[in-house]
Amino acid sequence: MTAKNAPLIRLSGVGKNYGNIIALRDVSLETSAGEVTCVLGDNGAGKSTLIKVVAGLHRHDTGTYEVQGEQVAFNSPRDALDRGIATVYQDLAVVPLMPVWRNFFLGSEKRKGFGRMDVEFMRSTTHGEMAAMGIDLRDVNQPIGTLSGGERQCVAIARAVYFGAKALVLDEPTAALGVKQAGVVLRYIVQARERGLAVIFITHNPHHAYPVGDRFLILNRGQSLGYHTKDEITREELTALMAGGTELEELAHELDAAGSSAAADRLTKEAESLRLPED
Amino acid sequence: MTHAVTEPPVADPGPDERLARQSPLRRLLGRPELGALLGAVALFVFFAIIADAFLQTGSFSTVLYASSTFGIMAVGVSLLMIGGEFDLSAGVMVTSAALIAALTAYQFTLNVWAGVVISLVLTLALGMINGLLYNWTKLPSFIITLAMFFMLAGLNLGVTKALTGNVASDSVRDMDGFDTARAIFASDIDVLGFRLKITVFWWLLFVAIATWILLRTRIGNWIFAVGGSADSARAVGVPVARVKIGLFMGVAFCAWFSGMHLVFAFATIQSGEGVGNEFLYIICAVIGGCLLTGGYGSAIGAAIGAFIFGMTNKGIVYAEWNPDWFRFFLGAMLLIATVVNLIVRRRVERAS
Repeated sequence: MTAKNAPLIRLSGVGKNYGNIIALRDVSLETSAGEVTCVLGDNGAGKSTLIKVVAGLHRHDTGTYEVQGEQVAFNSPRDALDRGIATVYQDLAVVPLMPVWRNFFLGSEKRKGFGRMDVEFMRSTTHGEMAAMGIDLRDVNQPIGTLSGGERQCVAIARAVYFGAKALVLDEPTAALGVKQAGVVLRYIVQARERGLAVIFITHNPHHAYPVGDRFLILNRGQSLGYHTKDEITREELTALMAGGTELEELAHELDAAGSSAAADRLTKEAESLRLPED
Repeated sequence: MTHAVTEPPVADPGPDERLARQSPLRRLLGRPELGALLGAVALFVFFAIIADAFLQTGSFSTVLYASSTFGIMAVGVSLLMIGGEFDLSAGVMVTSAALIAALTAYQFTLNVWAGVVISLVLTLALGMINGLLYNWTKLPSFIITLAMFFMLAGLNLGVTKALTGNVASDSVRDMDGFDTARAIFASDIDVLGFRLKITVFWWLLFVAIATWILLRTRIGNWIFAVGGSADSARAVGVPVARVKIGLFMGVAFCAWFSGMHLVFAFATIQSGEGVGNEFLYIICAVIGGCLLTGGYGSAIGAAIGAFIFGMTNKGIVYAEWNPDWFRFFLGAMLLIATVVNLIVRRRVERAS
């Protein structure tokens, strides 16, 4: 957390509009090698827009985006990949009908003369890389759609790591997963950090973010609600920021007005216990 | 190699012991061609029993010839379908390619080879237009190529009538280069007592090349990817637009080749031909295991589909049935093939 020579990724005051809709306004974030930066927010908070900017799918309209201290404006995901920034999407990670090894090398196929692919190399490498990450595949020829959701995310992550990603952007990798599967993916995130990667982990679940994260950016309605390092914030405060203590309080008032005072009392107490010290 | 947080289980080199549970039969069932292969064997036996003429060498080369003329187009169409798109203009594009070659050579009194080359360039351009329109408009390829289908059908008739005053092109039989071109595109070759049309060999060559491209090259990987999930492919850096344009041009190339066969087999071209054939090519590809939704299929399967098509087409004649039944059989086979494909896809995607 003390890496003072230019961070791998630094966004300063970044904004993005879609027509007259302001999807993202004045968001700053930085992440360095061996660090996990968590981006938290409810649906519609601007998480997706933020990672699309980082991944090169969209260009930011305002602010600056620096990679290792150099200003960039990507035209395509390929540009971002060339800079070592790999993005793993929740639903776009893989092509379900294709075998695992074809997915693993998709877009970066290993070739030997005459445009032929080195199939043996790709098969064995896929098996080896997955094993190194703790997933023992039965058969790299099986369609990747037959793997579990967690395993598919892991293939996508292992692929990014193998192809020399310096920074890994993970879009809600745990959102559609059960508790155990999510654990598998979280363990990978820690492994990627241990390998010296910078990780940007997007999630709406503070319980997934807190154990693995070093920095936390909380988004709400396209704006930053807070940017904290782990020693500045507790899990409870993070949860409170996410859940929105004030919103719970409002909900309590509404329920009270509607006559359900018992429920309102409970919510008021909860909201009080969640309220944050002003910072 | 890695400092793992949790110690991964030791990877056992060599085949995994859990794979023993998958029987060879089950593995075979996972192949896209299997349904078509079983169907082809069944049809072959069926016609061999009920039609005495079916197994004679002469009639069998006729079956192979019919299979090859549709099979050559099915190569391009199946690759395009694996890439997730349709080309409804493929049928009339064959006629267009043939007319371009025949009309330019005749009208400008050129060597027919000049017509062949002009036709290649213009037909590839047609395929490219299909691809570019698809990429620019983002409309379904069904609509784009349907429009192209009608425009080409109209142009074929209109231009031919304007130039010749007739619905057919003038004969190019006596023009320079006809004999050499015929040797390449429409000659007969004797092999082991069989007298086969040269298109049969071209067909096998194209299938082999397409299969190699699909299974062993980077382009093949990309074709499966853009058909299976274009967004995922784009996200990992596959040039989706260029792959799709290339696939439309692949169909155009096959249309050009088929057109040249028509020119040098018959010397005059009927400008109204080709309408409806596009569905037959799609049927060949679907019977051969290509999914209508893309991302799955094989060129070999499409070849088997074309062979089934050829056997049914000619077998009904040799069995001395009313040929009207042919379309019924074709429809029934399409239905069966699609249901089999559906089951395959469900099985593959079961866990997702």
